[in-house]
Amino acid sequence: MLALLAADLPYWAQSLLRVLGGLVAVLLPAGTVVYLFLFKMMSFMQSRLGPMEAGPYGSMQLFAEVGKWLQKEDIHPARADKFLFKLAPLIVLASTFLLVAVVPFGPDAWFTDFEAGVFYALAVSSVSVLGILIAGWSSANKYSLLGGLRAAGQLVAYELPMVLAVIGVVIQAGTMNLQQIVVAQNSGSIFGWDGLGNPYVLTQLVGFAVFMISVQAELTQTPFDMPVAESELVSGYMTEYSGFRFLIFFIGEFATAGVFSMIASILFLGGWGVPFNWFGWTSLADMDNWMNLVGPLILFTKMIVVVFFIMWVRFSFPRFREDQLQAFAWKVLIPVSLVNIMVTAVLKVAF
Amino acid sequence: MEVFPLSQTDTTEAPRDERREGELAALLAALGGNVADSLLKPNDDIWVRVTAETWRASAEAIKSLGYTYFCFLSAIDWMPSPFGKGEDDPTQPAPERKTDIVQGYAGGETRFQLLARFVKPFSSSGVNVKCDVPADSLTVESIVPVFAGANWHERETWEMFGINFAGHPDLRHIYLPQDFEGHPLRKDFPLLARIVKPWPGIVDVEPLPGDDSEEDGE
Amino acid sequence: MSLLGDRQQLSYIAAQAADARVNVELETEGMTLNIGPQHPATHGTLRIIARLDGEQVVWAEPSAGYMHRGYEKLTEVRTFPQVTALVNRIDWLGSFANEVPFILAAEKLMGVEATPRAQHIRTILFELSRIANVSLFLGDLGVQLGAVTPVFFAFRDREYVLNLIEAATGGRFHPNFDRIGGLKDDLPAGFIDETRNVMKKLRGFCDEMEDLLFGNEIFQSRTRGIGVIPKDVALQYGLSGANLRASGVDWDLRRDQSLPMAWDKVDWKVITHPDGDSFARCWVRLQEVRESTRIVDQLLDTIPSGPVMVKVPKIIKVPEGEAWVSTENPLGEMGYYVVSQNDQGPFRVKIRSASFNNISIVPWLLKGVYVPDIITILASLYFILGDIDR
Repeated sequence: MLALLAADLPYWAQSLLRVLGGLVAVLLPAGTVVYLFLFKMMSFMQSRLGPMEAGPYGSMQLFAEVGKWLQKEDIHPARADKFLFKLAPLIVLASTFLLVAVVPFGPDAWFTDFEAGVFYALAVSSVSVLGILIAGWSSANKYSLLGGLRAAGQLVAYELPMVLAVIGVVIQAGTMNLQQIVVAQNSGSIFGWDGLGNPYVLTQLVGFAVFMISVQAELTQTPFDMPVAESELVSGYMTEYSGFRFLIFFIGEFATAGVFSMIASILFLGGWGVPFNWFGWTSLADMDNWMNLVGPLILFTKMIVVVFFIMWVRFSFPRFREDQLQAFAWKVLIPVSLVNIMVTAVLKVAF
Repeated sequence: MEVFPLSQTDTTEAPRDERREGELAALLAALGGNVADSLLKPNDDIWVRVTAETWRASAEAIKSLGYTYFCFLSAIDWMPSPFGKGEDDPTQPAPERKTDIVQGYAGGETRFQLLARFVKPFSSSGVNVKCDVPADSLTVESIVPVFAGANWHERETWEMFGINFAGHPDLRHIYLPQDFEGHPLRKDFPLLARIVKPWPGIVDVEPLPGDDSEEDGE
Repeated sequence: MSLLGDRQQLSYIAAQAADARVNVELETEGMTLNIGPQHPATHGTLRIIARLDGEQVVWAEPSAGYMHRGYEKLTEVRTFPQVTALVNRIDWLGSFANEVPFILAAEKLMGVEATPRAQHIRTILFELSRIANVSLFLGDLGVQLGAVTPVFFAFRDREYVLNLIEAATGGRFHPNFDRIGGLKDDLPAGFIDETRNVMKKLRGFCDEMEDLLFGNEIFQSRTRGIGVIPKDVALQYGLSGANLRASGVDWDLRRDQSLPMAWDKVDWKVITHPDGDSFARCWVRLQEVRESTRIVDQLLDTIPSGPVMVKVPKIIKVPEGEAWVSTENPLGEMGYYVVSQNDQGPFRVKIRSASFNNISIVPWLLKGVYVPDIITILASLYFILGDIDR
């Protein structure tokens, strides 16, 4: 990050830049995902136009919505546990910010270069479960409680396939550092041909599929949106939230979708990089500086591709029932990902 | 209170309906002494009136004949409404109205009559069953043990007419709030909207352009 | 409990046993959940009071009446044409179908029969209202289960049918077009060709629904085996329409009754399904829409010419008598028992609405199901609040 600027900034300035960068890194994907997919793609799939009034082709709709939510009255149910009620959305959003701290955007554009990046990312993504459970409980509403309980069961169940799917990547890369995983993918080669690098989606196709399904469940998107089953629980754990707090949940949902997609593209699609031999690089050190500006754009593009699939499935499928959901996780996904790990380990040793 | 003599159709002029005649004969045979009256309208329908004490037994007999589809159960209040149609001018004295109770098909002797319909599935054979509700107790046996679907219908009939069903598992209001007083479909329960503002009838009707003046009131 | 079928009884007992173990360990209390009256899942203001044990229903009961408008009392102070206008609003998605049995009963009492052309056009409009009603059901089915996209297709394609009904009758939702003795007006020019185009589009819509929704594995696992209604229970409760045919009862009032309508003049088949579960009910309705489009196509080819109204006096006084007519409405069997005493209006009208009977089976049906299955079962039974509450 500092190599970008030749000047020597004081520590507070660096921290400020980091904070701003973090905000942009979280809110920009959220905004893009919401506009592009929720407003426009969903509308086109449903043979309607979507928002067209606010700004050209409705591009300012998100800002209008944000303004609308911010100016609403901050109400809470009379019997709600006030402190927990106010805390819950912040926990959910906090987990997204914690997650983005470890995502690399370029050769030098990262917030922290964590050696156990994968481990940290998976651990921190579970913090949102706490937030959802607290939201469901503190709303003093039977529907919210049902939603919160369903969410707890579902999110915990789908943590395991996610972790197991990623282990295959870790075995293949030999490291848990996200930056090194990107480098390993882009500097690697497929059976000697390094025109495309070695994106792990090719060798870890099963792991990719399991990871995407688990991400869909972690984000409580259809077909796994029992916690927010709109036609049953009216919004599940989010029912009693309005105004600013609902905005936090909303932004959190799509920001997390964006960040998870970033992590998916880092682990499986090659992250911010392009195959090294396109530009004749051999390692991280001899990358050009402009890569720090182009890297985020590349990562952004890959993120959009992944989010497209997540949202596409969301708008097409009906939802699973809770017990079918759990059965799917425990009886299908976990065995499949365990087999994937075994095969990867065997092949890694063999080749 | 006179019994309207509609119980015998003159079959010499009307066309013969052999299928329904056979069905009516089977019903009368199965019901035996329960039947108080019956009517067959050729190519139309069958009406049977049974006595109140034998209501449940008759329902069982009809079901065992093959009429296993429960269509509906309700009641008819034969008293003419003392409020008319709510079209009276409130400034004038109330007009003379009929007060005699005249029952319809298959006769009857009381103000309230139960009306139910059972159908033989896979065919268009149905029977309309009526029953005089005894005026003093206003109670009939419930047929929920025979047709489970009668549960809601009997609740609605009790709610709207005040007819009790002995043996009903759960007789309470179905449409109206639990503390509602009165039985709305009785003719002496006024339709408040018309009491508050009588329907002006023909006063507001304008003739259509190019049309003779159209009257649709008395 | 003696009315429960074997399959349901076994599953209920197993569920009870499982819950008893949990209850003993955790000593949890049942939770009473109110679904409705304001709720996205119930089509209108239906309230279901459910006592839950975890996610399983121990006891559930619908509490109807939030939309009770007192139709039967209102009909006593109205003339026959006014009652026709009133009765449109019972099942408001397929409104023309509500008028027809009432007008047929009044015609029976008067001893008149509508002209052949009027009968034909009545049947066409009846089937169009069935298509309008059930295509919304198909879209709504998706929303209940979480698929948000099919409902937009349903509304889009339903607009074509509503435009047709508006072109013929002047009203999209409440046509008020039937009169004693015939219809109010003749068909407009261009109606027949336009209807043929629309029927093609609707068959495309049915194919789309079949691909998008019915072929989906998640939909199948959500609806197969859920809410099984055996044949004899269905008959006892007076279930009708697609609900009955999905339990394997081969009975359709259009075919099995002879009414002065044009169904016997075209070639069509009755669709049944042996399973009796939610999937069967939804599937039967989908096929019925397809079949309706074929019926309409055949009817369009053979409309007889002539007047649309017989000579009836301007002020109609219906003679003394009682008549019962029921038809195969989109929701089920809807019938009117009209008692007349030689007056301009009826003495008593008993409205037998299909959804009243269809929903009366819910307390029996919902014992031991999960909360999401409540929604599935209600969605597959398909009711309109105006039909339950009149």
